[in-house]
Amino acid sequence: MSASQQYIDIFKQSKSLIDKHSTPVLNALRGEAMDKFEKHGFPTKKVEQYKYIDMEGVFAPNYGLNLSKLDIPVNPYDVFHCDVPNMSTLLYFVVNDSFYDKLLPKVQLPEGVVISSLRQTANTHPDLVGKYYGKLANVDDDAVVALNTAFAQDGLFIYVPKNVKVGRTVQIINILRSDVDLMANRRVVIVLEEGASMDILFCDHTMDEKNFLATQVMEVYAGRNSHLGLFELEETGLRSHNVRYMYVSQDSDSQVLLNNMALYSGLTRNNVRVRLEGEGAEVGMYGMAIEDNNQFVDNNTFIDHVVGRCRSRELYKYVLDEDSIGAFAGKVLVRPDAQKTDSQQTNKNLCMTKSAHMYTQPQLEIYADDVKCGHGAAVGQLDEDALFYMRSRGIDAYEARLLLMFAFVNDVIDTISVEALKDRLHHLVEKRFRKELNGCGSCKICK
Amino acid sequence: MLEIKDLHASVEGKEILKGIDLTVKTGEVHAIMGPNGSGKSTLSSVLVGDPKFTVTKGSVMFKGKDLLSLSPEDRSHEGIFLSFQYPVEIPGVSMVNFMRTAVNEHRKYNGLEPLSAPAFLKLMREKRAVVEMDTKLANRSVNEGFSGGEKKRNEIFQMAMLDPCLSILDETDSGLDIDALRIVAEGVNKLKTPEKSTIVITHYQRLLDYIKPDIVHVLYKGRIVKTAGPELALELEKKGYDWIKEELGEEI
Repeated sequence: MSASQQYIDIFKQSKSLIDKHSTPVLNALRGEAMDKFEKHGFPTKKVEQYKYIDMEGVFAPNYGLNLSKLDIPVNPYDVFHCDVPNMSTLLYFVVNDSFYDKLLPKVQLPEGVVISSLRQTANTHPDLVGKYYGKLANVDDDAVVALNTAFAQDGLFIYVPKNVKVGRTVQIINILRSDVDLMANRRVVIVLEEGASMDILFCDHTMDEKNFLATQVMEVYAGRNSHLGLFELEETGLRSHNVRYMYVSQDSDSQVLLNNMALYSGLTRNNVRVRLEGEGAEVGMYGMAIEDNNQFVDNNTFIDHVVGRCRSRELYKYVLDEDSIGAFAGKVLVRPDAQKTDSQQTNKNLCMTKSAHMYTQPQLEIYADDVKCGHGAAVGQLDEDALFYMRSRGIDAYEARLLLMFAFVNDVIDTISVEALKDRLHHLVEKRFRKELNGCGSCKICK
Repeated sequence: MLEIKDLHASVEGKEILKGIDLTVKTGEVHAIMGPNGSGKSTLSSVLVGDPKFTVTKGSVMFKGKDLLSLSPEDRSHEGIFLSFQYPVEIPGVSMVNFMRTAVNEHRKYNGLEPLSAPAFLKLMREKRAVVEMDTKLANRSVNEGFSGGEKKRNEIFQMAMLDPCLSILDETDSGLDIDALRIVAEGVNKLKTPEKSTIVITHYQRLLDYIKPDIVHVLYKGRIVKTAGPELALELEKKGYDWIKEELGEEI
């Protein structure tokens, strides 16, 4: 049986169960999504965006699905002691695909701000959720998005009304928790109305030594003149597989800062699609991956300059040790009307061993003539001269190597606009390079 | 302090040093001069353990230890310091972080606790003054965007921080204007004590006007071909190297 077929069969057998434990807004899109999935199946390596990843292979194992939403016993606070020091965040948990509502921060959010379960909010405010859910993530364009849409039952909904600024950083902990191998299909919708502002930190952790496959489709709407900082920190385990899709739509003069830090995981695939749809919009898209063992991180990005006078900055850095593999593809499309576009893309990578591999593919398509666009990609090794220079000052080879690796990813960390988080990241990255961060297991790093 | 015997070294299969004999006693200042390509920089690189060079023959004893068997970092811990002719830029590593790591590695080697943050910063301030180095430079990445003069000043600053017993200055005067040369040379002199030795590699007398050598050597084609007192440097300044080549029986 092909990998696709098992999902088609489960869907047919369990459609009513899936619906029952979800909500009409989400249920409405399932049928069509599954039709699209049946039609296309998993993308093969012949599909340009999936050149470096075997999607069929990722989905082939037999994972359990918790479609009847059985309560998985967990108290996230028991296992999660990881706070970002000096940054008192508004802390929320998402366990597998479900918003954890038993322990919520005891603070009053600014009026009209929603940080809640997607399913619950869709029940109480179907018009609000329905206006945004599934509108950016097109089931036509990607079979995996279609699969997620067919199976997703819950997730997270964040809404910030017009001109409301949420001062404290919102921290969302995604926890994978299960006694059997598990697949979780999660949805996230984030809406910032005109003039709204928020910083969100997503932390991905795994609690159990099981095989996990998490798919996540996130839709982000940044209204006129809104500010969003969206930081993703992944520290899961070698047996965790994460396939994420993020769709961002930016209205005029909005500023979005994305920073994805893959510190530890088995396999990670991030798809980021940003549409700059209003003049003066700015996006900063930054990322780093630190890998060893046989880890795999693939970032596939697409910045779409739809209108003029927008600015995009993109920087991804990988440090690949041992037998790890990294892939980066960055497409920047400047449409005919997008005059005065200012775009810069950079991808730099360090291969620490001969068996580490990096694939990088910048792809610029420019159809406007009055634009400033640049790109650069490089794969290299540690600078031997710098290494020797440091050793000649008494810094041993191991420490010198660490300092250089750390320096290499430093400029990605420095793009983080939340100071306390930046400090924390410096610390975590150092631990990671010292191999003191061996995935979460039972969240060792936090203890 | 340093005893080099019949040292041969090569790079990429090409022999550069062809039998160096050199003894530097505690407190002495030696100058090594010689035409371009004679092996002066190779000698300094070999002494600090640059992996690009292979020692094929000979021995080097440093304070009674077999220097060639030590890693570059341990040579530094034992008290050898090279002021690089071309200091390396290390983007992303701040001077403060670089120096703190280096100083603490030295302390660890000597069985000492790491310096506290205030004590370290105090040390930085003191040693910066030796070469009149700008505070701003100390906050930047190692050598990144430094001018030629600033890089050389930074070398001497690092020397001050690490307090070596044998300093090798490899063309520290190159690329320096007159004022910078004076500041750097005075810095070196301030750090000099009777327990410390120095090897100065230079083409020009002007540096030796400040850092006065006890002994001057001429290195030519991988060998030390002449050794004399400070007057030799003055003679070379006037007459060049041709007379030495003649003495060796070479056609000019």
